[in-house]
Amino acid sequence: MSSKPKDKQLTKKLTGTAGFDPTRRSFIGAMAAAAGVTLAPGVMLYAISRSVPVNAKALDAEVSSAVRWGMLIDLGRCDNGCDDCVSACARENGLRGFDRPETDAQWIRKIEIRNPKTGNSKSLPVMCQHCEDPPCVDVCPTGASFKRADGIVLVNKHTCIGCRYCMMACPYKARSFVHEALEDQKTHAPRGKGTVESCTLCVHRIDNDQQPACVDACSDTGGGAMLFGDLNDPESEISKRVAMYATQQIRADLGLNPGIRYRNL
Amino acid sequence: MKQMTYSEIKGNSMPFYSLAAILAVFILSALACAYYMEHSGHYVTGMTNQIVWGTPHVFAIFLIVAASGALNVASIGSVFGKAIYKPLGRLSGLLAVALLVGGLVVLVLDLGRPDRLIVAMTHYNFKSIFAWNIFLYVGFLAIVAVYLWLQMERRMNRHAKTAGLVAFVWRLILTTGTGSIFGFLIAREAYDSAIMAPLFVAMSFSFGLAVYILVLLATCHGSEREIGDVVMRKLSRLLGVFVAAVLYFTAVQHLANLYAAEHTGVERFILLDGGIYTLLFWAGQVVLGGIVPMILLFRPASAGSNRNAMLASVLVIIGGFAQVYVIVIGGQAYPLDMFPGMEVTSGFYDGVISSYVPSLPEIGLGLGGVALAGLIVLFGIKLLRFLPASLANAAIDPHHKQ
Repeated sequence: MSSKPKDKQLTKKLTGTAGFDPTRRSFIGAMAAAAGVTLAPGVMLYAISRSVPVNAKALDAEVSSAVRWGMLIDLGRCDNGCDDCVSACARENGLRGFDRPETDAQWIRKIEIRNPKTGNSKSLPVMCQHCEDPPCVDVCPTGASFKRADGIVLVNKHTCIGCRYCMMACPYKARSFVHEALEDQKTHAPRGKGTVESCTLCVHRIDNDQQPACVDACSDTGGGAMLFGDLNDPESEISKRVAMYATQQIRADLGLNPGIRYRNL
Repeated sequence: MKQMTYSEIKGNSMPFYSLAAILAVFILSALACAYYMEHSGHYVTGMTNQIVWGTPHVFAIFLIVAASGALNVASIGSVFGKAIYKPLGRLSGLLAVALLVGGLVVLVLDLGRPDRLIVAMTHYNFKSIFAWNIFLYVGFLAIVAVYLWLQMERRMNRHAKTAGLVAFVWRLILTTGTGSIFGFLIAREAYDSAIMAPLFVAMSFSFGLAVYILVLLATCHGSEREIGDVVMRKLSRLLGVFVAAVLYFTAVQHLANLYAAEHTGVERFILLDGGIYTLLFWAGQVVLGGIVPMILLFRPASAGSNRNAMLASVLVIIGGFAQVYVIVIGGQAYPLDMFPGMEVTSGFYDGVISSYVPSLPEIGLGLGGVALAGLIVLFGIKLLRFLPASLANAAIDPHHKQ
């Protein structure tokens, strides 16, 4: 610590004397050193936790309810036969099938719908719809199914007992039960035999200021049908588009207000 | 009415030990099945991501529903003051506890993570009817235990009526909770209806009494105790009324659904072209489990005979299993209607009727629950005085004329 003129003035102000006080100065110096030694590792860790990647949130940073993550999927751009979003999801989250389609997990799937009266047909990806009022969260006995403040619906793998009541309650068939032992899991997407899982909206990517893998894949190699963003931010692209165009929610009649919206459904 | 005497069964005969050994084998097999399912993962069962609840749930729900119904006999005696039912009350309480424990064990062992039972006991989401049910089940066991003690300790008999009333109200709430597990499923067309709660209450009355009659007949026969036709006539008539009540609620359930165009698809599936589910509904639940027992129970010529009551009870139980199977499995087999009016296809079985075949481990686990309930009753009546020494007409009704 150097004795700059400002410090001297401050000392004078506080003590009412203009004289130099070596005892006080050494005490303050020692305190500063001690504080530095104590805080430095913490500051260092904090810096590290924030350093990779540059824009990522700290692991313990609070999730804000000011944000509501959502997705707008334009079926006018979603091709029948394209499943880039599905394979990107499997790659990103380490979902591997056992060649048992009835029990293999699916976090996102392509559905073809056809109006039998008119013959009109559409293709759309369906995943967890990240409802504002999710029935899976309501029915979960242990609270393992939960909704984050920013609208992402998740399963706490530590408290899921595997009762599957959430699967019974989900109107979108969005959840899968892990029917067998898994190997080579991704560290950012932990899964477990005997527990229920579903689309996490790639929460690990969102927390690193990235888009969900399906959205990236759709814009890279697919039709660019998926738009991800903050539905609560009026300046976001997704908010502007849902304000400009007519959009739909699957089973809007249930009043669950899903975060996944569709256009041209 | 003279003082009723109760006594333990001797429980040292060859048939007793044989039965105990058979039940133990079923229980051990169930444990092996559960271990196999948990160790390999549920893919070895018939359950899938489409049919998420399978045969274990059919057994568990039947047993849990029957448990609350089995207590009715005691309630009629102590709450509604029907003296003739009083000697039947102790066995009623024991059977209720045994059935509930059997059902809960099946339910727990089918969980994806049964090792996390402690989590289910320590983390509660009070918006979940499932979480409420955990309290309702545990509370039921505690209340019935106290109720049994008050019935069996003569100095405390005067409080039995109060305990019986608490138990009766609790069991109504419990079955309402069990029915609401399905009633609260807003997205599934086969469920999502307030009638599931009273339907389940009626089912519990019927299934519980049918099981009770069978156990009463078997234990009295096995321990050479007399049962007169006065008791059996009463129980038979009561069972007939309960069977009729189940048919009534079932009719209302389906009629109300048929009236709404949006539900005609699922109704058509269950009632008309659902294959095994349609067969189980009409042949299993309605004819075998409903109409035939009613004829047997109400026909003046045969009403009141032990043989008749036994046959009717067996049929009610078969029909009951068929009904629970149709509700649990049939309700899931019909696809979710995410896009009304549209034809739907996907690589994840959207828009198609899901197939389900019960697997051996599931059936083994379910039967283990039944066996456990049986073993609890068997050792219960050996260790404590649950059974009246005689249910002969003269023993239960001093004014009875031969």
